Amino acid sequence: MLTIKILGSGCANCKRLEQIARKVVEETGTQAEVLKVTEYPDIMAYGITSTPGLVINEKIVSYGRIPTPAEVNTWVADALQSADSSLTRR
Amino acid sequence: MQMNLTKPPLQKNPDLRSWALVALAAFVWIVLYNIIQPAADWLAYGLLALPHGSHLGESLAFFFYDVPKLLLLLSGMIFFISLLQTFIDTQKVRTLVEKRGEGIGNIMAAFFGAVTPFCSCSSVPLFIGFVQAGIPLGITLTFLITSPLISEVAFVMLIGMFGWKIALLYLISGTTIGMISGFILGRMKLERYVEGFVYDIKPRANIDLKLEEKLTWSDRISRSWVSAKDIVGKVFWFVIFGIAVGAGIHGFVPENALTAIMGKDAWWSVPVSVLIGIPLYSNPAGIIPIVSALLSKGASLGTALAFMMSVIALSLPEAIILRRVLKPQLIAIFIGVIAAAIILTGYLFNLAM
Repeated sequence: MLTIKILGSGCANCKRLEQIARKVVEETGTQAEVLKVTEYPDIMAYGITSTPGLVINEKIVSYGRIPTPAEVNTWVADALQSADSSLTRR
Repeated sequence: MQMNLTKPPLQKNPDLRSWALVALAAFVWIVLYNIIQPAADWLAYGLLALPHGSHLGESLAFFFYDVPKLLLLLSGMIFFISLLQTFIDTQKVRTLVEKRGEGIGNIMAAFFGAVTPFCSCSSVPLFIGFVQAGIPLGITLTFLITSPLISEVAFVMLIGMFGWKIALLYLISGTTIGMISGFILGRMKLERYVEGFVYDIKPRANIDLKLEEKLTWSDRISRSWVSAKDIVGKVFWFVIFGIAVGAGIHGFVPENALTAIMGKDAWWSVPVSVLIGIPLYSNPAGIIPIVSALLSKGASLGTALAFMMSVIALSLPEAIILRRVLKPQLIAIFIGVIAAAIILTGYLFNLAM
């Protein structure tokens, strides 16, 4: 189960990023919840200076631009992989 | 690193392939750029059979030529500006400006503010991020002024409609306005007018902002392509609308109709234009063709540029967004200082030109 966070105050770019993230999750059939972080103190806790930001399992993968679905796909796959390997290590 | 692994092994040199595509696009671009003038004349005077020298014929020929010309200029130049921008982001700017004091810091912030793309929804994170890093308020504000004031779209539109000299004049005066206004604001010790919560926000200790990515030329080129497409798509209707209104003014308003109210001798026209421009917001792509038409009807350059700058740099929506981090007093001072700087610039140009 992945946690994907969209950091942004609700501007057009943030909404587009959210759509892309949801589409990738849906198309790949990934178990993930997509959350929106819209309050500035919460956004700034990640230390970014430009929005929208994309966080997968508490790791910042992009900020200040809208990544392509293909990129998001790669990051989701990476996050799943590292989640798996940490499970097997246990 | 991960990204490189996922690339198909067959394409041994994706960079070369991307550059080849850029070269091909450049070739198509040059061909198109050279056929739009005859095509526009043919459309207006041939196909629509409007007589040469008629108001409607001239307006339409102007429209048919300017729309594709500006769209071509915008796509081509925004692509290369975006390519340049893949090398810089606000995070890097913050690290570079962090160690500087006032003065040099203002100059650097103005320079980076000019080259980084601006999105009004990012102005609050940017402000908080700079304050968190301990960057002085004046330097932060310099960045916050220059970033919207110098827009890549405005720069390209000015090249297309007024030529290189005016476009450069806009770059230099915009950066100077940002530097000086930010410096003055910094001297005024306005920290108490920043909302208190800004100082309380602490980034989490375990956050790693270093993205695991090493951009290849191929990545940069495809990103710039996407962003150029995005920007041109966004300004498309502004260009059409602005040029349509401009073409109307061009063809139908008599010469020198505006000399009395927007000309050099109407001393009050600069502050009035700036005041009108403050609450208004228009995309630079929409405002510049209109400004250009006003200019051809007797408005003076300083007045027209001052109007344009106040429209794109200051707006009611931007003030509302900044209200989240700045108290009303600081917003008022902020707008006042920038407006004064723009008015001064307008007068300077009216005197010099």
